[in-house]
Amino acid sequence: MRGGRQRATASLRHRLAERGVDPALLLLVPGLVVALALFVYPFSYGIGLTIQPTAAMQEQWGGGIFANYVAFFSDPFVFDSVGITMRLALPAALFNVLASVPVAMVLRHRFRGKRLLTSLLVLPITLGTVLTAQGLLIFAGRQGWINRTLLASGLIEEPLRLVNNYLGVMFSLVITGFPFAFLLISSYLSGIDPSLEQAAKTLGAGWWQRFRRIVLPLLAPGLATTFVLTFVLAFSVFPSARLVGDAMGETRVMSLMAFRAFGEQNDYAMASTIALMMGAVELIVVVAVLGLRSLLYRGTTGGKG
Amino acid sequence: MAASTLERPLAARPSTWFVWAGMTAFGVFLLGILVAVVVDSFGRQWFDTWLPDGLTTERYTEAWDRFALGEVVGVTVGVAVLVVVISIAVGVPAAYVLARRDFPGKRAIMLLFLLPVLMPPITYGIPLATVMYSFGLGRTLTAVVLVNLVPSVPFVILTMTPFIEQINPAIESAARMCGARTWQVFTRILAPLLVPGILAAAILVLVRTVGLFELTFLVSGPGSDTLVVAIYRGMTAAGGGEARQLISAMSVIYTATMLVMLVVALRFVNPTQLVAQVKETRDD
Repeated sequence: MRGGRQRATASLRHRLAERGVDPALLLLVPGLVVALALFVYPFSYGIGLTIQPTAAMQEQWGGGIFANYVAFFSDPFVFDSVGITMRLALPAALFNVLASVPVAMVLRHRFRGKRLLTSLLVLPITLGTVLTAQGLLIFAGRQGWINRTLLASGLIEEPLRLVNNYLGVMFSLVITGFPFAFLLISSYLSGIDPSLEQAAKTLGAGWWQRFRRIVLPLLAPGLATTFVLTFVLAFSVFPSARLVGDAMGETRVMSLMAFRAFGEQNDYAMASTIALMMGAVELIVVVAVLGLRSLLYRGTTGGKG
Repeated sequence: MAASTLERPLAARPSTWFVWAGMTAFGVFLLGILVAVVVDSFGRQWFDTWLPDGLTTERYTEAWDRFALGEVVGVTVGVAVLVVVISIAVGVPAAYVLARRDFPGKRAIMLLFLLPVLMPPITYGIPLATVMYSFGLGRTLTAVVLVNLVPSVPFVILTMTPFIEQINPAIESAARMCGARTWQVFTRILAPLLVPGILAAAILVLVRTVGLFELTFLVSGPGSDTLVVAIYRGMTAAGGGEARQLISAMSVIYTATMLVMLVVALRFVNPTQLVAQVKETRDD
């Protein structure tokens, strides 16, 4: 579309070039085509689908073309999944961010074996959720090493139920999400000038005061961003909810419901509705967190320059 | 950072011990998971004991035949390579424009490239898969490659833009003064300078594509399943899933592939730095 504009008169071409529109922008076209054809078009198509409910849906829930939305909000089996997803994703994201801060603070210093430790922390990113799930089932299952050790040491009488429930999914979310949060937080921390803390120390501030008055305010925007990104990861939990969770009970998350409508019931319209609602719920949380962040702190972030 | 290393007290504070305890617990879990899968995959039978009774490598050959892993691995590698090549070819020029030019609508375009990275894959994956099926592309390799492009192209753009920004534009200006055309500037000047960044982005896209589950799962079928999807299908197959050891063997093959790629990736790129660069683009 930009190519067309440039074939006009020379003066128009000149005026456009002055504003930064010239043939070099054509390099953007392939990227835009991919984004429009594979992201924008399907997304709008999906929105269109949500208001074309199947006859069965209209019959059961009423509401005419909005039957899918009526079904989403009034079918407790579907609607409860919103709360279930939040109960998993919010604590998981919060834990990952809050646990990363002290770890990143300690690992900021140089010490022997730091590289090894960092690699160990990055490892789970490559494992992926499916393998983590398989490992958790074996390691933390009824006959797994954890229960065996605890039983042998006499701490418990009965094996603990660590998988196939809420706890199992939480473990999996922490194992995959924590390294990610840690990487982000440590890159934010490394952008905070150490001389600020040294100055505070010279002036007699204790470690808590230094953390509370210097590091925390500078880190706050980074914390918000990390929380958002970790939340997005935890929110779209799908394989682990099915594999190490209780897919029809306490870990019946939204993505599972969306997939059930898509793959098992072949109701693409309802599947798109749930998927869109997922996006909407996530957006609300993201906007809330970022809004809170801009309320608390305005200014440059501590990222690496 | 260097200065703060000199003033460490000799005795660690309680908070430090606390952190180390947490880290140890995390490490134990992580290693436990990994070792459990590896041991299980080599075990003959493992029910009610500390270790399986007897070791065997039969599980690997069995899993290889049972799940047609030759084909699955071929599909995984083929899809990953195609996605890498296409997303680099499409993403790098776009990143160049976004790094160097200022034009009306730039912010909107940046947002368009950012959205797929920020949204849960299922949100756009389900409408996308519906479109794929309605075009008759469902369960084909084409569809698997296409859906994988959606997060990969923006990922390349987001990682390459800061990388290109740090290359001095004066070098390009000098080349243009000497009469080079845009194509020549790209092939003779920028390409050699961009090689490390392109390699890093390519390896990260490769790792992501091999590991990406949700989008591939929605459009793939027999003959176009990647390794992760095959493992998932094995675990959830009707009738309680396949034998656990077979799944473990498949998982070990998967992890080994991933680890090799990760080791190669870490030779080219420092992960902390890359995340920081990506993050800065997201932030503004």
